[in-house]
Amino acid sequence: MSGPLRRGTGTPFATDPAVSDAAGGSAQARAAIAAGSRPRRFGAWYVTEHRLRGMASYRGTIIATGIGNPLVYLFALGVGLATLVDRNLDGSSVGDVGYLAFVAPALLATAAVTIASEEFTYPIFGGFKWNPIFFAINAAPISPRQIVDGQLLAVLFRMLPSCVVYYLVMLVFGAVPSMLGWLSILAAVATGMAVGAVLMSYTATLQTDTGQIAMLMRFGLTPMFLFSGTFFPLSQLPVGLQWIGWISPLWHGTELGRVFSYGHAEPLWLTVLHVAYLSAWLVVGWLVSRRVATRRLNK
Amino acid sequence: MPAPVITATDLTKTYGDFAAVDGISFEVAPGESFGLLGPNGAGKSTTMRMVGAVSTRTSGSLRILDLDPDDSGPEIRAQLGVVPQADNLDLELRARDNLLVYGRYFGIPRKVVHRRADELLAFAQLEDRAKAKVDDLSGGMKRRLTIARALINDPRILLLDEPTTGLDPQARHILWDRLFRLKEQGTTLVLTTHYMDEAEQLCDRLVVVDKGAIMAEGSPADLIRRYSSREVLEVRFGSDRNEAVAERLAGTGDRIEVLPDRVLIYSANGEAVLTRITEQGLHPLTSLVRRSSLEDVFLRLTGRSLIE
Ligand SMILES: Nc1ncnc2c1ncn2[C@@H]1O[C@H](COP(=O)(O)OP(=O)(O)O)[C@@H](O)[C@H]1O
Ligand SMILES: [Mg+2]
Repeated sequence: MSGPLRRGTGTPFATDPAVSDAAGGSAQARAAIAAGSRPRRFGAWYVTEHRLRGMASYRGTIIATGIGNPLVYLFALGVGLATLVDRNLDGSSVGDVGYLAFVAPALLATAAVTIASEEFTYPIFGGFKWNPIFFAINAAPISPRQIVDGQLLAVLFRMLPSCVVYYLVMLVFGAVPSMLGWLSILAAVATGMAVGAVLMSYTATLQTDTGQIAMLMRFGLTPMFLFSGTFFPLSQLPVGLQWIGWISPLWHGTELGRVFSYGHAEPLWLTVLHVAYLSAWLVVGWLVSRRVATRRLNK
Repeated sequence: MPAPVITATDLTKTYGDFAAVDGISFEVAPGESFGLLGPNGAGKSTTMRMVGAVSTRTSGSLRILDLDPDDSGPEIRAQLGVVPQADNLDLELRARDNLLVYGRYFGIPRKVVHRRADELLAFAQLEDRAKAKVDDLSGGMKRRLTIARALINDPRILLLDEPTTGLDPQARHILWDRLFRLKEQGTTLVLTTHYMDEAEQLCDRLVVVDKGAIMAEGSPADLIRRYSSREVLEVRFGSDRNEAVAERLAGTGDRIEVLPDRVLIYSANGEAVLTRITEQGLHPLTSLVRRSSLEDVFLRLTGRSLIE
């Protein structure tokens, strides 16, 4: 009989001598341990492959928005609005640079956060609920932690190239005065992943979607986009509202990007704080997501 | 006797203070086709998830392929094929891509996965649906694709949780035929069902479970012999009369069960009982003589029907 009908005899790796030596026990236990060794090592990567394959089904949208967004935003805000702002304010309120250079790193970080808000909300909730592939993946030799890691990696693989493209468009518009400007790509990606990890730790807990994700977008992300020193410096806000910026990872990411892209003057401790704050969001979001996924899949 | 591939002893799973699985013990030998037969809520799926090394047990011991799922979950799952109660194919991918993606999770090289995907699509009679969106497949096709996916790693044990629930009769028969092929080839099958005909067709041996506990264990023929008679006479006198007439039927067979819509009389010879009843001047609206089934075993053990 052909392959699929043969009785299970283990995988092609069952005879890997390094593995079977390490394991004691019976022949069937040794075979299982051998078969589990690659998934244990590469599981997160397999999840990444899967997620990227899923993204390929909306590849068109990814590419179109990836190129279209920077063009539209930089043109409208950076060129259109900048002309007005620079003429009226003489550039003084946004530092020593023109409005275009001021707003560009913020738009870059915002683009990264937007990708995070797409990829870590419905796809994560869906993976547990309406297209419950996480349960299927976990029934294979993949752990919930690897599933979480794979999601982060896959989104990173979408976010990084998107940010590079965004940055290239910024260059074309002449929006990056500093030689270190390319580092603002890393600042943006760090921001996107930090927000994404925390988003995932929440969307992974949702049992039903009765509008929580839409609320989160409206009352969490939208205010964050508006009040994170994106379009105007945080100092322009009433003091009573400035805390929104301080707790917002987008503000930290944007300011960090500005340090790189036009040498925005701020104390060194503050720059270090930006990095630490974003790292904290990323690590906490990541670890909590792993925990939530483990609880949910293995109950 | 070869070492069992599954050994469960006093296996228990509680949610809060509710025991979904309440101390069950069983063994499965390699190549055997083993079933858990029980009504909804009996704890079948919970048991299957523990055996599938995704749900951690509350107490008792469990060894799969001589390993403890608490320590060696991924290693055990690397050697299992799992068909869950509810299909969880990736709806965003096409049929064949579902197999490719899943095969990678076992670390199977790409080339091998491609070959196996094609073999399994043929086995599942889905060759012409390779490029179809999962959403466009019928229920039976999705189920067959899920089984194909579960076989992608050439598993030592195939776990099937209610493989045909919700399918129409024709789709069920196609599926049974596929599973029977696997059984003939010596694949170890562990399946749950609340259909007695499915259990009779596919299981060498089964346990009857109810409320998280095992009520009886044996081969289907064995269980029927032990807990039922050879034949059953089913008579209907009309819903409001069954109860009253049942008293007058006492002694006509070995045992009587009164259900809301009919009376079951157990005996070695159903026709003879029917003759005796008519001689007593009782004339049922309808009568039917059939062989005893696992349904009767379940009724005997629990006083309830398997389905509703
Ligand atoms: N995650 C859970 N939390 C609480 N109760 C559960 C959970 N899973 C199953 N149960 C309960 O355990 C019992 C057995 O469920 P299950 O194993 O799905 O039964 P079956 O598969 O035989 O229909 C049911 O009463 C069910 O409500
Ligand atoms: Mg069930």
